[in-house]
Amino acid sequence: MNPQLPKWADLVLIPALNLLLAFLAAGLVVIFIGEDPVEAVHWLVVGALGSSYGLGFTFYYATTFIFTGLAVSIAFQAGLLNIGGEGQAAIGGIGVTLVCLALPWPHWTLALPFAILGAGLFGAAWAIIPGYLQAKRGSHIVITTIMFNFIASALVVYLLVNVLKVPGSMAPETRNFAPGTNLPFMHEMLGAIGITMTPTPMNFSAILAFLAAFGTWVLIWRTRLGYELRAFGHSEPAAVYGGIDPVRITVITMVISGAMAGMMALNVVMGFQHRLVLDFVGGAGFVGIAVALMGRSHPVGVVLAAILFGILYQGGAELAFEMPDISRDMIVVIQALVILFTGALENLVRAPVTRMFGRVRPRTT
Amino acid sequence: MDVVIQLADSSIRLATPLLLACLAGLYSERAGIFDIGLEGKMLAAAFTAAAVAAVTSSAWVGLIAGVMASVAFSLIHALASITLKGNQLISGVAINFLASGLTVLIGQNWFGQGGQTPQLSPDSRFLGIDLPLAETLGNIPGLGPIYQFVISDHNLIVYVAFAAVPLTWWILYRTRFGLRLRAVGENPGAVDTAGISVTSQRYAAVLICGVLCGISGAYLSTAMSAGFVRDMTAGKGFIALAALIFAKWRPWPALGACLLFGFLEALGIRYQEIDLGTLVIPVQFMQALPYILTVVILAGFVGKAVPPKAGGRPYVKER
Repeated sequence: MNPQLPKWADLVLIPALNLLLAFLAAGLVVIFIGEDPVEAVHWLVVGALGSSYGLGFTFYYATTFIFTGLAVSIAFQAGLLNIGGEGQAAIGGIGVTLVCLALPWPHWTLALPFAILGAGLFGAAWAIIPGYLQAKRGSHIVITTIMFNFIASALVVYLLVNVLKVPGSMAPETRNFAPGTNLPFMHEMLGAIGITMTPTPMNFSAILAFLAAFGTWVLIWRTRLGYELRAFGHSEPAAVYGGIDPVRITVITMVISGAMAGMMALNVVMGFQHRLVLDFVGGAGFVGIAVALMGRSHPVGVVLAAILFGILYQGGAELAFEMPDISRDMIVVIQALVILFTGALENLVRAPVTRMFGRVRPRTT
Repeated sequence: MDVVIQLADSSIRLATPLLLACLAGLYSERAGIFDIGLEGKMLAAAFTAAAVAAVTSSAWVGLIAGVMASVAFSLIHALASITLKGNQLISGVAINFLASGLTVLIGQNWFGQGGQTPQLSPDSRFLGIDLPLAETLGNIPGLGPIYQFVISDHNLIVYVAFAAVPLTWWILYRTRFGLRLRAVGENPGAVDTAGISVTSQRYAAVLICGVLCGISGAYLSTAMSAGFVRDMTAGKGFIALAALIFAKWRPWPALGACLLFGFLEALGIRYQEIDLGTLVIPVQFMQALPYILTVVILAGFVGKAVPPKAGGRPYVKER
């Protein structure tokens, strides 16, 4: 990425230092509200990793974040900032729900391919419009995806309140899916081969998430389309000069990105809640931005960052229980600081490190 | 008639925070600094204003504290996007989450009411002001009630917001500062060549943006309602951003756009759905309408919205 720095410094050192700054700042926030940051980290780690219960929840959250993180990072690779993961995931949830409610599915293995298709198609449909408008009409994709988040949220409320709700019920949620569509839980799958695990929401989608990460790696670094996508992200004029159609590549990138965001619904809706609940996305689309930034938009980085955020989400819940003064909103603060330090304030670290390596070309400024 | 007056009245109340935030964004974006963190700055100001007003029992001290909080967030944005030449959009996203998390975390820590601030007493809020002769003129049929209820009886911040529109127009198009501000947003290289600092010009714009967002946030928690509740901006910062695009980054159209979006919100609060005989418009559609209209405008189907040319790009001398 940066020819002036050795690869390890670019890929490991700078992100690590950025992350360190983010967590130092988070520590300062904890001190500011009069609590002990070391104790807080202790409860966080114990809560997330100290039991099979904690681990199950950690990986359940991580599964969601792998999908939304991949969605953001695929768009990043093509130089597009897709802030619309939240809306694309919500619409993807509608897709999964329609598939699951359409037929009395006899077995989840039959329902799953169609649910994947539903999640992907609906998520992609919500991303294709901003992508097309950016490519064809020059509307800024960041603004349109933000607008589409709000439109999606209004649409989902409308559908849940007026169309999909159980008649006579007040709760804005659909009826439960047929048991045949429920993805197997991890504790059930492990139980079948003789390993006992406390029941948690972690389900078969976790495996799908890792497959999706691998598939993304293949797509971005081992296919012609991936090459075009990265070339386009690197330099649009060069890519166009090289014969890459900017409209085509923008639209295809957004379709893949949106489909990936929609897939998170497999984990939450089909894997755990077994019905469509209002606000089931719960900010996961935005966590995807932090995950992609932290993971440097590489699938391996995204998986690691998603697991870290899984730890934060699960550990944060336990932490709020043990130290009530640190509510779960601390996670949002940490998420913000990670985005700030690894994204916006990146040069805070990069500039001194680059200078340290002493390979900067002499500049006239 | 009463319904029309009530709707007009609440449209103005609801348009005020949008208008302040929209003008805030206008200064920043015309200077070439994209700001999707309006929402976060409003939220930070709303919390700080309510918290300080609750402790000091003074709306004014609350307002000043709220503005300072918002300006602090602006400085982060300026540091990231001007000094460190970082990504302005990502900085805005971070600011929104930082405000959303910190306000509730600190609010819970200070007041222990689930992230809310205590209910503000009337004397620590901005309350409605009766303009001269409101009672007397109100008796005149026709225009009287409009004066008494639509124009009079708002709090000070409402009038400040509406006065900010001509002021912004004047600053932007009739002063040297405004000319330079617009110039750094279109062609910073030219401004630099003329020997004017692009950095300080952009910093000034971002700070003005912080002040206006601060007033907007303080309005939400100490004027429109009596205290802060979690995530009380509820997307208003983004509606303001939508209004800014809708207005094509110009002050007078910004007033029109904010009034329109305020009116839509007022309609949505008053009617759960609008029955047009054959067609029933659900409230969710009206809530989504500002965003849909903005996408349509952005797409250029109805008049093209072209952002300031140098917007979103950090200025680097000698590429």
